Amino acid sequence: MTPLNDLYRTMARIRAFENAAEIASQGGVQVFGQKGTGQALVRGPLHLSTGQEAVAAGVCAHLVPTDLLTSTHRGHGHTLAKGADVGRMMCELFGRAAGTNGGKGGSMHIADFSVGMLGANGVVAAGLPIAVGAAQALKLQRRDAVVACFFGDGAINRGPFLESLNWAKVYGLPVLFVCEDNRWSATTRTDAMTAGEGAAARARSVGMIAEQVDGNDVLAVHECAGRLLQAVRAGEGPRLLHAITYRFKGHVSVDPASYRNPDEVARALKDDPLLVARERFASLGGIASELDAIDREAKAEIDAAVALAGAAPWPDPAAAFTDIQTTGAGQWR
Amino acid sequence: MALSSLSYAQAAARALELAMLGNERIVALGEDIGRGGIFGQYNGLLERFGPQRVIDTPISESTILGAAVGMALAGVVPVAEMRVVDFALCAMDEIVNQAAKNRYMFGGQGRVPLVARMPIGHWSSSAAQHSQSLEAWFAHMPGLVVVCPGTAQDNFSLLTAALACGDPVIYMEHKELWAATGEIDETLVVPLGKSATLRAGTDLTIVSWSKMAQVALEAASDLSGQGVSAEVIDLRTLWPWDRDAVLDSAARTGRLLVVHEAIQAAGFGAEVAATAAEQLGCRVARLGAPRIPVGYAPVLEAASRISPAMIADAARALLAGKPARAPK
Repeated sequence: MTPLNDLYRTMARIRAFENAAEIASQGGVQVFGQKGTGQALVRGPLHLSTGQEAVAAGVCAHLVPTDLLTSTHRGHGHTLAKGADVGRMMCELFGRAAGTNGGKGGSMHIADFSVGMLGANGVVAAGLPIAVGAAQALKLQRRDAVVACFFGDGAINRGPFLESLNWAKVYGLPVLFVCEDNRWSATTRTDAMTAGEGAAARARSVGMIAEQVDGNDVLAVHECAGRLLQAVRAGEGPRLLHAITYRFKGHVSVDPASYRNPDEVARALKDDPLLVARERFASLGGIASELDAIDREAKAEIDAAVALAGAAPWPDPAAAFTDIQTTGAGQWR
Repeated sequence: MALSSLSYAQAAARALELAMLGNERIVALGEDIGRGGIFGQYNGLLERFGPQRVIDTPISESTILGAAVGMALAGVVPVAEMRVVDFALCAMDEIVNQAAKNRYMFGGQGRVPLVARMPIGHWSSSAAQHSQSLEAWFAHMPGLVVVCPGTAQDNFSLLTAALACGDPVIYMEHKELWAATGEIDETLVVPLGKSATLRAGTDLTIVSWSKMAQVALEAASDLSGQGVSAEVIDLRTLWPWDRDAVLDSAARTGRLLVVHEAIQAAGFGAEVAATAAEQLGCRVARLGAPRIPVGYAPVLEAASRISPAMIADAARALLAGKPARAPK
């Protein structure tokens, strides 16, 4: 069992990372009536998981570097929680050569294969087929590892969701599907666009064991994910975890999300997973100053990452022509 | 050297068998492949390698291709069968946004060695959704290799090369070539990106690929009876394509005709012709199908087919300095 202060630390680091990225992204993209300034340090669409940190922290606490993970366009939390270096992550968001992807991917494609993080993805539900294939490879190679596959509530309305759940069940693959349900599909309420009872019900329809959990309670997520992953590791086949949480920010960082009911947002802010964790910590006899210290450490770590990324060199322009293909390399026209 | 007489389909099965024997990381997945595939191009492989490596799948094209990407990222070399290219359209995100781009967008952390087989071409009266030739779509995408074998030997040698190259390969066999038989030299290496000159000539260069290269060869034979000497090049790989061989030939003959079964408008022939015109200033012409769906009734399907006579007409028009006329 991971101690609550360790789970809190992961959440605090994700929160600090995304807060810093959010500030650096203002003016980074022209959308939602916001102007692009051309001066932002984090450019392009930046999808924040602020408010959803308990899901990444609670699940990834059970993973080891040899386990694999696929993520979504909202993937900073999963990447950090899987063990990626925040300095290199921030460099990637800043588009610098020292970034995890050498500046070639940015936020939407952030990946760190060295810790088993096989990539965020700019296409909703695209990570699911990749996850089941990776799990099939693990099984073929008799590797003692599992795949955690994160996706959002919007993804369950795409075909690859059904295909991949069916596939994982048919072949009995070691995958934990994690539906990180933040209630919003871009700028549309997911429940208005989704028939039936959602991700867990759809998983059960293919005979997969699925559980629903309060995705803002990191201890609940941690306990449930631990139980499901134990079965996955034991070779009992795939499982699905449906974690209900809330997206504090807009679809992208410059989206004011004025389409949402302010009461709904206010209620969600009171259910902030970091506050929930603090309450749980206190009820277990923990001392708040321990968590205050974690907050300060996280802030300092991320401040250093921002400073590092701001001073880091851009990629060599010639890198635009590397890592594409070996066969026919050089024939670009 | 040992030669064996094999069909185009058997040649592919033999190439895959040898590759799987030599590299235990290679697996195949797709619908009905355990029974040998609907064209017999996987015959005998399930019996030889078992269901762990010859994997029958649900009818889930997105996940066949997407799982192949995941397998490749995790150290396996998958052969993903799409049945016909028309069905690969259900997996375009996985091919174009995932397989083709993962290596680049993740900064070279992972590679995606896979072979996606998606047979192209007419297949008598199979109508609009089982007859297309969509090679140009994939030639457009950075990250992909595009291969269109036209003979049994090339199907053996190019599949062998595709499995060894480490890149995502779009491998497009032709559905009307499965039964075409040839003597196979299993030691013959055909590098990706190398064309074959099927016939030498001096008056014009005809470039084609897949089954149409054989049709062009027939046309060249007819033309020679009329005193026209046509050189015929089978491109074999569309990306990377053998521009050196094409430009060398066109520079000698001064005229280039590109012929393909695919629709002419925005086809890969336009790329070849434009390159020759830009580089050499030589006269160029294209001949492909009209921009219509492939029809079912033989008389309708015929409107999409290119015959040897049409190629010969286009060649003569090019020699006469007239604009080549595409079929109506």
